[in-house]
Amino acid sequence: MTDATLTTAASLAVAETLESPARRAWRRLIRRKGAVIGLAVIAIFILLAVFAPLIVPYDPIATSWSLVRKAPSAQHWFGTDELGRDVLARVVFGARASLLAGVISVGIALAIGVPLGLVAGYRGGFIDALISRITDAMLACPFLILAIALAAFLGPSLGNAMIAIGVSATPIFIRLTRGQVMSVKVEDYVEAARAMGNPRWRIALVHILPNILPALLVQATLSIAAAIIAEAALSFLGLGQQPPAPSWGSMLNAAQRFLTSAPWMAVWPGLAIFLVVLSFNLVGDGLRDALDPKAR
Amino acid sequence: MLNFLAKRLAQIVPTLFFVSVLIFSLQHLLPGDPALVMAGEERDPAVIAQIRAQYHLDQPIPVQYVYWIKGVLSGDFGESLRNKMPVLELIAQKLPVTLQLAGMAIVIAFLIGIPAGIVSAVKKGTAWDYGANLFALWGISTPNFWLGIMLIFLFSIELGWLPASGYVPLTENWRASIAASIMPAFVLGNAIAAILMRHTRSAMLQVLESDYVRTARAKGLSERTVILKHAMRNALTPIITLGALELGTLLSGAVLTEQIFSIPGFGKLIVDAVFNRDYAVVQGVVLTTATIYITLNLIADIAYILVNPRLRG
Repeated sequence: MTDATLTTAASLAVAETLESPARRAWRRLIRRKGAVIGLAVIAIFILLAVFAPLIVPYDPIATSWSLVRKAPSAQHWFGTDELGRDVLARVVFGARASLLAGVISVGIALAIGVPLGLVAGYRGGFIDALISRITDAMLACPFLILAIALAAFLGPSLGNAMIAIGVSATPIFIRLTRGQVMSVKVEDYVEAARAMGNPRWRIALVHILPNILPALLVQATLSIAAAIIAEAALSFLGLGQQPPAPSWGSMLNAAQRFLTSAPWMAVWPGLAIFLVVLSFNLVGDGLRDALDPKAR
Repeated sequence: MLNFLAKRLAQIVPTLFFVSVLIFSLQHLLPGDPALVMAGEERDPAVIAQIRAQYHLDQPIPVQYVYWIKGVLSGDFGESLRNKMPVLELIAQKLPVTLQLAGMAIVIAFLIGIPAGIVSAVKKGTAWDYGANLFALWGISTPNFWLGIMLIFLFSIELGWLPASGYVPLTENWRASIAASIMPAFVLGNAIAAILMRHTRSAMLQVLESDYVRTARAKGLSERTVILKHAMRNALTPIITLGALELGTLLSGAVLTEQIFSIPGFGKLIVDAVFNRDYAVVQGVVLTTATIYITLNLIADIAYILVNPRLRG
């Protein structure tokens, strides 16, 4: 090995050390093909959702009796549904409900789960035991069954479905945060912050929380994928987005009744759910590898 | 071992208590007066007052809980508003249907997930590995209700090989039963196969790098013996217990799968109850599911200790 190669390697190592953790994680993430494809697909769906009215020429809720269950054609690329509505328009507008439900549900789960996990992990004792037992109780109820039960009692609507999914996903974040806090709180820098007389809340928020963010970010990304499937499932059952507003789950429910005469009605919304969920899973897996300290 | 059991059982009691509180609280999420909701179309004040007295809704909430939990502990989960049948009886009727489906799904998941995970680990970095990983990604990303609809379209409508819906008990006609259950069981087992594949792959990779596997190879044993006799036996122990814990995923999946394939099981029971506003049934189903899950968790823990001598103390 020449001196020049050694110098280049050494300077690269120094550059990597000086790089901010977020920048380093990003650089590692975009080196993974799967994660990049996932990010690109998510970006496309976000753009479709935001600019839906500019992208599709048809109103997603406008019915037409002359266009009932027409096969895909040059005018209607994805065909039309049982009320003559354009399936492409409904898939594109349906992205709004799915992406919103994914992000807001996980936001709710994070907003409740992280503070509770922080308190349980940091304080320990009775509070920890109480929060942990409630978490165990919630985890004992299968995610979708709990979400269905909550949505049923809250009443069918997209907002209530998001709350139901968010609450059902909360125990995962409580348990993850608690576990992470318990391993971080014994680190020297937390001990040092404590020795300097910092109040508990400051240690938790300033010294512990930033260090557990990577694990939360990975879980949040994977949970968005699960939440999108859950929203589609609740809408499929009639407990989420209410007709005539488009949602991929309710489109699949309608499609099931016309499988013999109009199979295209089932293909596109299902494919859309699959692509978005797959993309979030790819990004989640990529983030897990990129943020793994052992990979450094 | 006894100490562990005692500790584990002691942990279950508070968990079950909180599960019961959680499920009891669901009723109080209902907007407005639960008695009015239970009365449905009925607006007669005498009937509403009777419902209020019957369900102790005129008592403070903690007292209502005590009445409810007393009933649950003595096997009284309430009565279905729609069928006018005890909830426990309804659950006992529907549960075997779902258990048959879940059993078939677990078998399918093991048959696909474990060999795929082993091949993927043994042939790491090859096309087999990429193929198995793609299968896992596909499995965890495909909504099972969409997969169900697509399978019905392909195998029932286009090819006409399998019935699109319905259920035949195994004891009545096993051929017809398997024909009716194979598609829903595959739909249910698919996601679990993907999860099992990922766990098997990582467990096998860890074991294949361990010293005793290296020693087995150094002794000149064939690769087949090393993998089947030495590596697999140790790698699969935690995987088998993981399979038991996937019951939650199975029961969640059964809700939609049974809906799509019109199977009169546990999952369909909760969906029908939701739409009939039959809240006692919803509570009963969630409580039963949680109790089964907690019990399986305990059995998995015990099994894990039994098969792992290092954990016995």
